Amino acid sequence: MPKALLRNTLSSQHMYWLLASLALILAIHAPNLPIWVTASCGLFGAWRYFAVKQLLLMPNRWLLMLLSLLVGAAVLLSFKGQFGRDASLSLLVLMTVLKLLETRVIRDYVFMVMLAYFLIGNLFLFNQSMLTFALSIPPLILLTATLIHASLKSPQNWQFLLKLASKMLLQSVPVMLILFVLFPRIPGPLWGIPQDAYSGMTGLGDNLKFGNISNLTLNTSVAFRVQFKGNMPTNNQLYWRGPVLWHQNGNEWLMPSKRIGLRNEILATTGAVFDYTITLEPHNRNWLLLLDMPTLAPAGGNFTHDYSAVSNQPVRKRIRYTASSYPSYQLGVALGEREQVLSLQLTEGENPRAFELVKSWQSLSPEQKINKALQMFREQPFIYTLRPPILRENPIDEFLFNTKRGFCEHYATSFVYLMRATGVPARIVTGYQGGELNPNGNYLIVRQSDAHAWAEVWLQGRGWVRVDPTAAVSPERIEHGISEALRDSSELPLLARGDFPLLKKAFFNFDSINNSWNQWVLGYDDKKQLEFLNQLTGKKLGLSDLVFWMTGAIVLVMLATSYFLFRQVKAKLNPAQQLYQQYLRKLKRVNLQPTTGEGALNFASRAAQLLPSYQQQILQIASSYNALQYSEQSSDGVQPDMLKQLENLIMQLNIKKP
Amino acid sequence: MASASLFKPRYFTADYWKRWFRVASSHDNVATLNPRQIYILPTRWGVLYAFMLILLLVGSINYSISLGYYVTFLLASLGNIAMLHTWRNLVHLQVTILPANPVFAGDAVQMQLQIADTRNRARYAIAAQFESNSIVTEDIAANSSQTFLAPLQTQQRGWQKLPRIKLHTEFPLMLFHAWAYVDCSQQVLVYPKPSANNIAPPISNTGQTGGKNHVARGDEDFDGHKTYQIGDAPSRVDWKASSKGIGMLSKQYSGNGSAILYLDWAETSGLAFEERISQLTRWVVDAHTAQQHFGLRLPHLTLPPNNSEAHYHEALKALALLD
Repeated sequence: MPKALLRNTLSSQHMYWLLASLALILAIHAPNLPIWVTASCGLFGAWRYFAVKQLLLMPNRWLLMLLSLLVGAAVLLSFKGQFGRDASLSLLVLMTVLKLLETRVIRDYVFMVMLAYFLIGNLFLFNQSMLTFALSIPPLILLTATLIHASLKSPQNWQFLLKLASKMLLQSVPVMLILFVLFPRIPGPLWGIPQDAYSGMTGLGDNLKFGNISNLTLNTSVAFRVQFKGNMPTNNQLYWRGPVLWHQNGNEWLMPSKRIGLRNEILATTGAVFDYTITLEPHNRNWLLLLDMPTLAPAGGNFTHDYSAVSNQPVRKRIRYTASSYPSYQLGVALGEREQVLSLQLTEGENPRAFELVKSWQSLSPEQKINKALQMFREQPFIYTLRPPILRENPIDEFLFNTKRGFCEHYATSFVYLMRATGVPARIVTGYQGGELNPNGNYLIVRQSDAHAWAEVWLQGRGWVRVDPTAAVSPERIEHGISEALRDSSELPLLARGDFPLLKKAFFNFDSINNSWNQWVLGYDDKKQLEFLNQLTGKKLGLSDLVFWMTGAIVLVMLATSYFLFRQVKAKLNPAQQLYQQYLRKLKRVNLQPTTGEGALNFASRAAQLLPSYQQQILQIASSYNALQYSEQSSDGVQPDMLKQLENLIMQLNIKKP
Repeated sequence: MASASLFKPRYFTADYWKRWFRVASSHDNVATLNPRQIYILPTRWGVLYAFMLILLLVGSINYSISLGYYVTFLLASLGNIAMLHTWRNLVHLQVTILPANPVFAGDAVQMQLQIADTRNRARYAIAAQFESNSIVTEDIAANSSQTFLAPLQTQQRGWQKLPRIKLHTEFPLMLFHAWAYVDCSQQVLVYPKPSANNIAPPISNTGQTGGKNHVARGDEDFDGHKTYQIGDAPSRVDWKASSKGIGMLSKQYSGNGSAILYLDWAETSGLAFEERISQLTRWVVDAHTAQQHFGLRLPHLTLPPNNSEAHYHEALKALALLD
């Protein structure tokens, strides 16, 4: 690199720009970093700042090496040796800021800018919301301005730098859009992904313990969105089927082990069908939620023997699938021997009072037993609450006979427990119930707070029948959703509540936009890309078409951009000059042009000689123009009149070719 | 053999490949950089930037991050736009090479380059250099010209052809290096390097004492008239001329009141050819500094004594071109 551009020392201005850019990036990254990392970065940054101010010395090489080692060790300790996404970001940020402490020359400075660009890209590893997108723009502008600053010879003011940086980024947008839409998307991952990459995802677990679902209920993040084609089910039909739990072990209910190889239950459907498309948020598990009862598993997934749909890969990015479900169905009319054993299993020697209770039901039919249990929930003072008391020994007894306060998981588990105790095969189904209709987007939002658990009992001749004991305690939960069901809505997070209509409305508006954002920007993957382009062109496009169109579009856009960049910007003409140009164009038509340096009057007298019939007009125009150009603009009032006069004169000049 | 000449060492010299570049040639010492003469390549920062973009792209693919693609593509496009900006920062500049004053061999000439914008846009951080000389960087305001004082190191006396000028810029992002060459037909005169030997000229006396070859006739060479000034000796007044009614005139003689020095080529015999020139140059410079009259006698040229600025340069030019 030529020496002149490698000016070795940096001015304090340079350092301020760099420090400001890094501070901004660090601030936006702060939620992704442990507090101690942000704090030490702030400290190192402040050190560099005071070094610019010449109040502190820069650390020498040994101190810097010691600091790097310390920081590296601290990261290892802080993340307990797990070197995943979070730890690498922390290390990268710390090392970048430490590098600041040895940045003295332009070379290090530019290197820092490159690192900082990279850090902006890393933002989206953590969060891809619209807000993060918006937040990424100011640091991009600031960093680009910082880089421009380094290339300049004489310092320019900050307006110049920011303006040029913004302008260049704006000019980059068209090609960025082309690349975004047409650059062939390659389905990831290319290699293993750190374990903690999906740590933020929430959703249903594969077991049920007291407190699992009520914790989930506090989370208002969206679980999935559903768009119905045609008819929509009523709220009490909206049972979104997740994992089915068979095995009771004390406080905990589990799925049956895959190894026992149960036969697939047989499903028979009748009546109306609902067609819908689900956009499932990533939850790092395999469940694909479907409305009871689906007939076909979505692509890339299949059914378990008890008809919950699972994908082949954990759902780690937003996926879309379409399905059809029948609200009236018969499932597993024939109950195998092993299924029977499994669906009656209970740990022995627990909850004696429950067994005591069901003793009196022995003579009843299974239907009557169900009604008996539901009647108990309905008639005794059971309360539906998100904050049930903690249950320890014999939890079912505790709940049924003492506390009587519980959430859907309490009702579902104790109901299934009672059924099994009295000899009726039963199992727990977890999933979601209900959903909110977004009036703007005509789709249903199902949140984590809609998580639910219900029961299925097996009845002779009818198969597995859904029984929701929560409905007996709190019919509102099923008819109208969770916010209606809870007496004290302050137990719920703001957005899940019904008592803030304006907030809710704002949220719906936001969610419509967010939904489009998710579908079109974040969910734009290899499949969506081809789907979109096929729809757009009406043809089936392949990878080579994609590359062809991308290259073509970029070339066109670059040509257009080059035209605007390279064309000569004319000096701005004042109104009189603009009018004069019109006049010159008129004369040009009869091959009369002023020579270089020929003034208006000289040219006019030459033209007048050649065009005697227009002599007076031409001379008048020239003198009027001259008066406007060279007379002192004493008062504003005069000029518009004179301009108008000149304009009229020029309008009236119609030179006919001889 | 024809093919053998291809492998002559000169093809492998560092500068040989540079001959293949298009060069803006100057007419009447004015050259305009047209688009075909601009070259552009990524700098090492450009390469680093591209490497960073590849990392971002691979990361975006691996983690399926849509907004990672956005940053990657925006920055890639920014690099592309930066290339256009760098290119347009240099194109259509007009370079005028102003005539340079001669210097002594070994010194640097401060060549004045007037570089002007012809496209109504300001240019930033334009660097100019005579090849293998140091670089000057300046900004140029829209529609105006800026003087670049580009140093040019000289080595040998005589007419030196100007090496080609390289103009380059990395504005605005330093990711690309755009450059262009300007050839100029101008030559710069380089005077011989004055000898460091502090040998006094053979005779540097005042007044009448005449040396063997040096004729110091201070009062004898009639040189012309000057207006009488108080203090002029009456004997010097040209009464005859003064009587014509144009005021009092004094006669002026060369070497008036000071030594007349004849610097003779023959005096330096015994030294090598270049050293003789160098030694004479030294004497010329010394005489000029002392404002002495001196004459110069070279093998094919004799300059009569004088102490004017023009005479001084004439003497140096004669020495520079002596062969």
